[in-house]
Amino acid sequence: MRKDLTTSLLAVVVMTIFLGLAYPLAITGISQVLFPGKANGSKVSFDGRVVGSSLIGQPFSHPVLGKNGKAKLEEEEEILVPDKGYFQPRPSATGYSGNITYFGNAGPNSAEAREEVREYMKSYLQLEKPFDKSLTSEDIPVDAVTQSASGVDPHISEANARIQAHRIAAIRGLPLAKVDDLISANTDGRSLGLLGEPGVNVLELNIALDKEAPLK
Amino acid sequence: MAQGWLQIAVFVAVLVALVKPVGIYMARVFTNQRVFLSPVVGPIERTTYKALRVRPDEGQDWKGYARSLIVFSLLFWIALYLILRTQGIHPFNPEGFHSAPWDLNFNTTSSFITNTNWQYYGGETTLSYFSQMAGLAVQNFVSAAVGIAVVVALIRGIVARSGREIGNFWRDLVRILLYILVPISIVGALFLVSQGVIQNLSHATVIHTLAGGSQVLGQGPVASQEAIKELGTNGGGFFNVNSAFPFENSTGLTNFFELLLILVIPASLTYTYGRMVGSQRQGWAIFAAMSALFIVGVAVVYMAEQHGTPSQHLAGLNTHTFDGSTGGNMEGKEQRFGIADTSLWTAVTTVTSCGAVNGAFESLTGLGQAVPFANLGFSEVIFGGVGAGLYSMLLYVILAVFIGGLMVGRTPEYLGKKIQAREIKLVALGVLVTPLFTLLASGLASATRLGTRSIYAGINPQGFSETLYAYLSQANNNGSALAGYTGFIQPNAPGNVGAFGISFADLLGGAVMIGARFLPILFVLAVAGSLAGKKVSPAGLGTMRTDNPTFVFLLVGVVILVGALTFFPAILLGPIVQSLTTRLF
Repeated sequence: MRKDLTTSLLAVVVMTIFLGLAYPLAITGISQVLFPGKANGSKVSFDGRVVGSSLIGQPFSHPVLGKNGKAKLEEEEEILVPDKGYFQPRPSATGYSGNITYFGNAGPNSAEAREEVREYMKSYLQLEKPFDKSLTSEDIPVDAVTQSASGVDPHISEANARIQAHRIAAIRGLPLAKVDDLISANTDGRSLGLLGEPGVNVLELNIALDKEAPLK
Repeated sequence: MAQGWLQIAVFVAVLVALVKPVGIYMARVFTNQRVFLSPVVGPIERTTYKALRVRPDEGQDWKGYARSLIVFSLLFWIALYLILRTQGIHPFNPEGFHSAPWDLNFNTTSSFITNTNWQYYGGETTLSYFSQMAGLAVQNFVSAAVGIAVVVALIRGIVARSGREIGNFWRDLVRILLYILVPISIVGALFLVSQGVIQNLSHATVIHTLAGGSQVLGQGPVASQEAIKELGTNGGGFFNVNSAFPFENSTGLTNFFELLLILVIPASLTYTYGRMVGSQRQGWAIFAAMSALFIVGVAVVYMAEQHGTPSQHLAGLNTHTFDGSTGGNMEGKEQRFGIADTSLWTAVTTVTSCGAVNGAFESLTGLGQAVPFANLGFSEVIFGGVGAGLYSMLLYVILAVFIGGLMVGRTPEYLGKKIQAREIKLVALGVLVTPLFTLLASGLASATRLGTRSIYAGINPQGFSETLYAYLSQANNNGSALAGYTGFIQPNAPGNVGAFGISFADLLGGAVMIGARFLPILFVLAVAGSLAGKKVSPAGLGTMRTDNPTFVFLLVGVVILVGALTFFPAILLGPIVQSLTTRLF
């Protein structure tokens, strides 16, 4: 018994030092030398400043201001409206927080979830239908009206992007074909052509748009 | 769906291809033979024995082995609790987090010592980099090694030609760490970084976004933890949303790689087993039984998720696949993984005791949820946790041999060893203790106001599912969750200011994890000791074969029978009700 205690005590110390400090710190050191960009979060720059990470989605919306110049609140949360000149990412439970993450946790048979999806569908049609008259609720892709898992999904589906392209083309004064080209250029295909699903990277696409036809 | 099935098929094919080489390698490690890493690792191994004052050649009987294991785990429990409790004074804490409440720390400590990684906390808002690295990640290695050591001891007991010794705990522990877990983790972590998983010690970064807002990006030493979190079937995320967060799991490729890390050891151990007992067919028989149950599970989740949920259909959403859209239930799923990879992950992480998630379990369809429930209800024997899966499955094998023996009226034998009253008693205890903890705890939590405080979905089938799954997951040392269920209330801000633990959920869960981990381990080691002392009798005409399809069928039947008899009534009330109705709650 005493021998077990001594060995255990030594093991706790030795393993904490080697597995808990030496291993992660060594991996950190090697990563910082070999893959500094990736190890620090795949940051992307535009106009000489860091504007985000290519792996983390971000909101393209602004708060509604009241008469006093402050953001209007509803149930203590700011009311946000989408920036019409940008492609819109997926709905998020966390408001695209990159440091406080949680799931939306809408259950499969939840009445609340039904209302939520209805609301998202209504807003989607309100935003896109004026620019794409033939759009119906049947055409809405599932990713556009469901919350992602991470709350910061960097991608939208290609179908979602093609619908939004009509709005972007009208507002930015670009030909639809040009916007469609930009979508294709900013679509991340399946890894090795096989794994996962293709997705359009919203931040990278919007950066490409700002380069091509800046908003006034 | 064809593309999705193809991805699943490719995954299974790659896994099957790895089983033999990895299995052989591990068998050599467990039997103290030279492997290709020996020139590098050998000197480190010998130095470690000296530092720990271990005589590696000294054999232990099952009681000695169990004593070392328990004392070691107990001391590490105390050490981890102290680290978490004194979080504020340690380095690598750029966000300046103080300790979480004591009851939450009790739960977290118990969770990581037992290879469960149930998380009532959100990593990025609660824990410093020091706590994650030197506290939790150490346990990711160590608790995995303990699980593997136990199955190695059991195999030694099965093959021993009479005697009492079942190996040396310290030697097994050190060799498993140095030859298996650490090398694969180093390579795995670096690969993950090369694909976008972060690895740094920086403060969270404030970004001015393209549209002119601001966003804070959490940082940290993620990849080093991610690799062992999957490899050791631990599953505790660095971030609260676990492997759904792009900094933990960036692409379809990292997703595939992490899935392989989760399954490679549990699957390959069946080959190791065959090799160590001297009959490869015995190993393949167990592999076949596990694979059959696994593949059925994957298929059910995938088809259920592709169908969509009643909430979505009643809202008028078109969940069919069309050009450029995956269709299906994308609530709580990431676009880069889609329906197929999230479904595959759901099955992989619940057949093993991993519990990492790449999507929200709470948002799965009713039938999609039923599969994780079933996988956990079968006591994690479909591949299972590293080591823990195979030793639990071997208990079922002995049970199947016993039942088969009763049917044909012969004294049951397994690999030449007679299975007698003592073994069967121990096996029955080992098989039943986990369901007992699950049902008692979830019953208590459902019936009392203390327990129902933790529910998010309300008093309805989904709320019951949350409760049952919480204790099913903790008792089986899995760690995945219908994440609305909570034992820790934290205001919507980083840091532990104003946070408090729900003591009932934290303490009951912690106790369940410890009991349901260490009691079965003791029963398994006792079986090992008991079998080690038996003489091997040669197989005769009347010996029931345990390496043919009939036995695989019997084994699958026993697993399903025990699981279904124990859990069917409870599972009926949650996921099955939800999958049979279009009613909303």
